[in-house]
Amino acid sequence: MPCVADWLNNPFSIVQGIFAQHEPRSDWEKKVTEFFREKLKENNATNWVPSLNDVPLHYLKPNSLVKFRCMVQDMFDPEFYMGVYETVDPNTNTRVLHFGKYRDVAECGPQQEIDLNSSQTVTLERQTFYCVPVPGESAWVKEISFSGVVLNPEFYAYTSASQARVSPSTSYTPSRHKRSYEEDEDMELHPSKQKEQHMGNSSVGDIHGCGEPKRLETEASAGQHLTSPNCSPPLDLNFPLPGEKGPACLVKVYESWESFKVNDILEVYGILSVDPVLSIVNSEERESSALDPMECMDTAEEQRVHSPPASLVPRIHVILAQKLQHINPLLPACLNEEESKTCESLSTTSPYFVSNFMSELSPVRAELLGFLTHALLGDSLAAEYLILHLISTVYARRDVLPLGKFTVNLSGCPRNSIFTEHIYHIIQQLVPASYRLQMTIENMNRSHFIPHKDYAANRLVSGVLQLASNTSLVVDETVLEQGQLDTTGIHNVTALGNLITWQKVDYDFSYHQMEFPCNINVLITSEGRSLLPSDCQVHLQPQIIPPNMEEYMNSLLTAVLPSVLNKFRIYLSLLRLLDYSISDEVTKAVEEDFVEMRKTDPESITADDLHRTLLVARFLSLSAGQTTLSRERWLRAKQLEALRKARLQQQKCVNGNEL
Amino acid sequence: PAARTDEARSPPSQRRRAEDAASTGELQPLPTSPAAEARSPGAQDVLFSSPPQFRHSAIPLDFDISSPLTYGTPSSRVEGTPRSGVRGTPVRQRPDLGSVRKARQVDLHSEGPAEDVVASDQSLGQKLVIWGTDVNVTSCKEKFQRFLQRFIDPVAKEDEDIGLDLNEPRYMQRLEEINMVGEPFLNVNCDHLRSFDENLYRQLICYPQEVIPTFDMAANEIFFDRYPDSILEHQIQVRPYNALKTRNMRSLNPEDIDQLITISGMVIRSSQLIPEMQEAFFKCQVCAFTTRVEIDRGRIAEPSVCKNCNTTHSMALIHNRSMFSDKQMIKLQESPEDMPAGQTPHTVALFAHNDLVDKVQPGDRVNVTGIYRAVPIRVNSRVSNVKSVYKTHIDVIHYRKTDAKRLHGVDEETEQKIFAEERVEILKELSRKPDIYERLSAALAPSIYEHEDIKKGILLQLFGGSRKDFSQTGRGNFRAEINILLCGDPGTSKSQLLQYVYNLVPRGQYTSGRGSSAVGLTAYVMKDPETRQLVLQTGALVLSDNGICCIDEFDKMNESTRSVLHEVMEQQTLSIAKAGIICQLNARTSILAAANPIESQWNPKKTTIENIQLPHTLLSRFDLIFLMLDPRDEAYDRRLARHLVSLYYQTEEKMEEEYMDMAVLRDYIAYARTFVNPRLSEEASQALIEAYVDMRKIGSGRGMVSAYPRQLESLIRLAEAHAKIRFSGKVETIDVEEAKRLHREALKQSATDPRTGIVDVSILTTGMSVTARKRKEELAQALRKLIQSKGKTPALKYQQLFDDLRAQSETAVTKEMFEEALRALADDDFLTVTGKTVRLL
Repeated sequence: MPCVADWLNNPFSIVQGIFAQHEPRSDWEKKVTEFFREKLKENNATNWVPSLNDVPLHYLKPNSLVKFRCMVQDMFDPEFYMGVYETVDPNTNTRVLHFGKYRDVAECGPQQEIDLNSSQTVTLERQTFYCVPVPGESAWVKEISFSGVVLNPEFYAYTSASQARVSPSTSYTPSRHKRSYEEDEDMELHPSKQKEQHMGNSSVGDIHGCGEPKRLETEASAGQHLTSPNCSPPLDLNFPLPGEKGPACLVKVYESWESFKVNDILEVYGILSVDPVLSIVNSEERESSALDPMECMDTAEEQRVHSPPASLVPRIHVILAQKLQHINPLLPACLNEEESKTCESLSTTSPYFVSNFMSELSPVRAELLGFLTHALLGDSLAAEYLILHLISTVYARRDVLPLGKFTVNLSGCPRNSIFTEHIYHIIQQLVPASYRLQMTIENMNRSHFIPHKDYAANRLVSGVLQLASNTSLVVDETVLEQGQLDTTGIHNVTALGNLITWQKVDYDFSYHQMEFPCNINVLITSEGRSLLPSDCQVHLQPQIIPPNMEEYMNSLLTAVLPSVLNKFRIYLSLLRLLDYSISDEVTKAVEEDFVEMRKTDPESITADDLHRTLLVARFLSLSAGQTTLSRERWLRAKQLEALRKARLQQQKCVNGNEL
Repeated sequence: PAARTDEARSPPSQRRRAEDAASTGELQPLPTSPAAEARSPGAQDVLFSSPPQFRHSAIPLDFDISSPLTYGTPSSRVEGTPRSGVRGTPVRQRPDLGSVRKARQVDLHSEGPAEDVVASDQSLGQKLVIWGTDVNVTSCKEKFQRFLQRFIDPVAKEDEDIGLDLNEPRYMQRLEEINMVGEPFLNVNCDHLRSFDENLYRQLICYPQEVIPTFDMAANEIFFDRYPDSILEHQIQVRPYNALKTRNMRSLNPEDIDQLITISGMVIRSSQLIPEMQEAFFKCQVCAFTTRVEIDRGRIAEPSVCKNCNTTHSMALIHNRSMFSDKQMIKLQESPEDMPAGQTPHTVALFAHNDLVDKVQPGDRVNVTGIYRAVPIRVNSRVSNVKSVYKTHIDVIHYRKTDAKRLHGVDEETEQKIFAEERVEILKELSRKPDIYERLSAALAPSIYEHEDIKKGILLQLFGGSRKDFSQTGRGNFRAEINILLCGDPGTSKSQLLQYVYNLVPRGQYTSGRGSSAVGLTAYVMKDPETRQLVLQTGALVLSDNGICCIDEFDKMNESTRSVLHEVMEQQTLSIAKAGIICQLNARTSILAAANPIESQWNPKKTTIENIQLPHTLLSRFDLIFLMLDPRDEAYDRRLARHLVSLYYQTEEKMEEEYMDMAVLRDYIAYARTFVNPRLSEEASQALIEAYVDMRKIGSGRGMVSAYPRQLESLIRLAEAHAKIRFSGKVETIDVEEAKRLHREALKQSATDPRTGIVDVSILTTGMSVTARKRKEELAQALRKLIQSKGKTPALKYQQLFDDLRAQSETAVTKEMFEEALRALADDDFLTVTGKTVRLL
């Protein structure tokens, strides 16, 4: 397909064409974005675009069109660049106009020189985001979005044409194993390094020595850490979570960058730039910095961070970008039917997707409940609450109060960590992004939860709590032992508490703190009541004690058909996005009910209980696909709450008797 | 010396040229060192007062060329640029305006149309302008001179210009100041310039590079006309500030390049001093011929051939005789207030030159006026391609620390916020509404249901009382801040209220009593590992100076931490003595604390003190103590239910409509705190006195004191705060009424003696109600009688005595009460208790 190859493989030729055609008028930029938007709207066109998430960097052609699904980790200062510049051939004195948009380097022919003082030069502004792959993204998200590409025959044609041997996903696994081995070794050798940089692994490669970056075959995951001769410590790629892989990327945004925020998830389509010159310019600058007064502006560290070698941190010059509501590849990117018309919908949305799925909602819910009941060792009440937790999301904020968060504390978990680990594995299979936080004393004292600004390098150093919206955070308190928390530990616990109560993280800017609202589902597993605050404590009552937990859990997962699993995934992601309301009639009824309850038992029913019951009712209705509260649901919510409370009461009594 | 005196008489502008022509490049012996001259004995001035030339005759005597000290001082190298110089006062280059100018000149030669080219030469007349601009040097200079000579600020505020006569031309007074003080910088407020001559202002903003030197010229001419004898370190440099284009960092865009801008921000990093070469000094190795080369766009063109002897590659750089200027790189970060939510702050690089170096420290909030520059990243010789990105920075011309006033103690402004006129109008409009008090309290934390009086109390706390200074009469400052304690059942949204307040006030701190130590609240001294310098780190209380410190779980705070609060809550200072540093810091903070009862539920049968177990010394420092209890009443439940349900389905927009915007509330408070400072009116004082006397009377009827001066002070503060809410300069009776009502309300809640149901202040001030105290005394007396009735037994069994007392007494006697009575008797030296026996003395 020649036309595909053209705009995919060599987007610059398209841009050049449009530029040459429209150059006097400045609307050529609009024309470019329009062109690509139209192209990508064609059937399945988005699948032809190779994704930086799936394809290792060294298989991608420089200056080709790529896509990247990522989270904005940090925002650098806006930069001014030459939007339009002129080159001069000193021999013939011919002048040519070029565009500088979508480029890092102002290119010119071998015989040409750039005229820096030309009156034709137009200076424009663009913004750089430091983006990382969505932290804690589940493996199935990667696989499904990747297989969507592989299944497309054109993609094979394209990849073979561009000589990129795209290996199927299996080929990554060995290297992954290797990596983890290296990782361990490295951590053993330098325990201190592990602390400073969450990315524990590092390996030595050589980029700067030769003019062209040698992309090492062993560096399958696109070179995590390459140590070059001139920068001795390996570069910290600043992933929020330890052990993350995947390329970090400098994303250059050309329009409406004000609308993006830190921790937003974006899908960008743009031109990949891995020009080796970028790295060379760097090293040159570093060498000459001692002489050059202009270069001493930034510290060496800042330069390292803000212009890392392109082979390590590629640049993407964004042509089209959109904020993602979710990263579930099984769902269309835009759900609202009106919205999908207005928003830059790049995927081909079937407008009936939502209604189709809603019709078969209840069997899916029943199946999911059964599945989770098995996973929670036969406790159906806990499974019910787990579903409610998984579809909860902060839908509004009333001054400081976040509404719609539903942190569940699953107490009474067996002490061996195998159980919680498997619960996490199951959640991981269901939600697009998740992270298991092991609350060991060591972990709490060692790691930095709160992102902080490093003023020497002028960047935001990430922390575990820098997560995208709707990430599931499973806090494992069963591994917590008695011990001493130091200052960092206390800060971390406080931050975690704040996150749960207010759904915000105060990033540390050293001279002041800045509040970043977030929307993270926290599930706490603990033996007794957790030391962290929670909205709702459910005490686990196992019905079955399997002799071999590991086997039991594994068989559970293998027993589920992939198609069913996919339905679960769609179910959980979709219900989060639904609207909800309460009619006046039901409001009245709820009111009566509350007054009544208070009359009979004023001690135990408080405003908090009403808050919680309303939340439970909300999610209960939504989980059944109903967007308004009905009387039955309200009663069911009350019933659930009563069951849960009775269990807690019972637990207290048991403990009391033991004592 | 003779030739020199001749020169001195010639017109200033020509003189420098003449001297330049005369100089062969060797160091001139004469350019006077101003420092030396200033130091010259005062008698000299008396003896040779008027003829200036005589003065010079003295100079060569103490001027030694061979001394290494003379190299490098600015005065020893006057033969710099040929600008109009005045006798004795050297010109100093302005690196803040430099560098790019050269680029323009290059342009000018390459393609500039020759007719338009004009140097600043007067002979060419009026029509000509500097190339690339519409600036005519002569007219520009004249206009600026007129501005300096005539400008009188119509809206001058006292605080800014201390010692200036507001009816005289402002900048002439400034020049006079320069003459007296000898600091050759003239700060010009661009706002003044704008109101005087819009066009000149526009030129200044658009072509600062060309216009500022013209201003310099104009200012110097006026100055040396007026004060011909004055000798400064170097010529006056004009420093404009407060350019109207005061913008936030985020709105800087390519159009601002090379323009004069003012932005605000926070310094986050400053570099070491960088000596930047301004002029290189080369010497021929063969014939010792010397030459100077000025820096051109950061590069020095090394002469390859000696002009004198034509030897190639013989010129060598002599570092000692090259000219350097100081330079410093500073990183400025957007101030947190300017940042849109959810984004990270932007930074911008600043270059400070000469005496602006080290003027600011990391952490300072500054307004910077300077020229915005963009420099292309240089072409690399080995690679033909260029990075298509510019580096940007600001050449600083003027700094203004926005929080400089914080250092000056008492009568500082709390907020430096500048309100736009429209905004002020809106706020004033609001303040005229009769129900403004109710309105504001309803806008406060709308998601928290009811608790109207508590919200009103917090509202008054946000506004605070008027600051009074009695330091002359020896009593020091009176506290203006209102402290509030909330106590009550868990789960009554106390934390939420605290969180709201913390989010509302600009300088608020939020800590939890559980997590904070005394160190975290106060200040501690740290040794910087690199510099070995001791650094004072401040804690929450100091950081919330002029703000509100919210302390959650106040009851969980340990004893030593709490003791810190005693000083803060009354004296409003914080003394630390640590690691050899003894100091007293200001901590004029209001405290909003929340405490839970010791038993998980509030016990209505106990007093406040018994419920929360806080020392009464601390409690009496709170102006208002509120109980947040869970009212058990059906109508309330119903309203609460409706309120909560509505929370769960109303859309966000709908919520916002209903209540006053948080931003408006914030501005309203900030405005009132800054500009309204109510004083007590006659009637109000009378009302206060009456209120206080009444309070005392209530108690005296029952033989107890029910009000203390502290309560009167609280009343005054509350009344003042209420007047502030009305934007009223006077405290009137209605303010006192409300203060009384609120105070009574809080007292009713927290100081009611559960045994008698009477409001009793002594619960808070002594920790015990009067009845309880009376009962204690009675019991002690009864015990004494009991012991005395037993006759002359030297020792009694403890348990026996307790049982006897219980049998005798009509009311139930607990063990604690018994022990207390024993202790009271022991204090009277009546008996001693050792183990299980009681001995009489």
